[in-house]
Amino acid sequence: MSRTEGKNLRVVLYEGPGGTPLGDTERFETLSTLLDNGFEVTRPVAGQQVAPADDAPVLVLGHLDMEALPPVGADQDVYFRSLTDAEALETARDVREASGARQLEAWKPWFPVIDFDRCTNCMQCLTFCLFDVYGVDGKQQITVQNEDNCKTDCPACSRVCPEVAILFPKYGKGPINGDIVRAQDVQREAMKVDITTLLGGDLYGSLRNRQQDARKRFSTERDESKALLERKRCLGKLKQDLDIPDEVLMTLPSAEDIEERAVRAKAKMEKRLARSKTVQDSRPVPTEREWGI
Amino acid sequence: MKILYCNCTYAKVVPVEVKRDVLRQLSDSGQAFDAVADLCDMSARKDPALKKIAEGGCTRIAACFPRAVKWLFHAAGTPLPAEGVDVLNMREDSAEDIVKELLA
Repeated sequence: MSRTEGKNLRVVLYEGPGGTPLGDTERFETLSTLLDNGFEVTRPVAGQQVAPADDAPVLVLGHLDMEALPPVGADQDVYFRSLTDAEALETARDVREASGARQLEAWKPWFPVIDFDRCTNCMQCLTFCLFDVYGVDGKQQITVQNEDNCKTDCPACSRVCPEVAILFPKYGKGPINGDIVRAQDVQREAMKVDITTLLGGDLYGSLRNRQQDARKRFSTERDESKALLERKRCLGKLKQDLDIPDEVLMTLPSAEDIEERAVRAKAKMEKRLARSKTVQDSRPVPTEREWGI
Repeated sequence: MKILYCNCTYAKVVPVEVKRDVLRQLSDSGQAFDAVADLCDMSARKDPALKKIAEGGCTRIAACFPRAVKWLFHAAGTPLPAEGVDVLNMREDSAEDIVKELLA
């Protein structure tokens, strides 16, 4: 059974005919103990209105004279217990078990509550939530369909809602906790929407395009002046990181020097190759005796 | 006139001293009332008891923000009537103000 299934036991704190009134302290302590342990409590007073009974089991609790109590219908799931016999909480727990009422878990009822005065049915919450908390009803209206799936203390869907229409009543701060939505809250949400619009409505697509633009820019910017600047920057970094003295850096050849040296080296090599070919051609092939065979 | 008190048992968002003070004064008042452990829990369970509370005339509810209470009932499939319901906010108001309104 999930934590949201089953009926709660309703405790009626009875002080009417057939019972002796409780003292103020006893009444208050009984009330707060039962409430703190998850029970619902009704305090009826003759001639005054309380919520009518439903089909949940009921425990009538008080200082009762069992023989003087008014009769109840046979179809009602009602238990009478006197506080003179046992402690209230213990009695309520026993009756809860006997009646098959919901066993309480210590849980924080954390789930989104939609303010339909503000909701525009944009479905951002539905597409955003990874845990399948939201769904749509038969009229294609957004709805919270799996409260149990919601991750306790996560109000992320309320932050993406452009209309500030999602509440988490157990949240600490407004307007997510249900506090009044002020103009600045709406402006903040509108700003989020504007940013998305500025980015073309598709954040991931925009990031991809930006990366491609950057690559393109890199390939077109490879000119000599930028290369020299880059070299200068690298030299500066070398000096800083490796502690290379200025005088050593000054002796490093410039690009022109390197190019000139390369041209000279190439010419020298060609000259040597040519000479070597001439020498090889003019020399007679060694005889077998010369080879020592 | 019905009175409903929510103890907000499962979270510490309502100041303890405020809710205890309201409950004590309510308990001592001789006034009939219904007290629930946690309206959020009842809403999550779509508890039929909420329907009984929502129906049948004027109601004063001591709980938290009115917007939250309104939509918690709605989420349970038992919207509160548009008129005749006063929601008093124990998260922000003092126990004295709440009790004064509840018992008026």
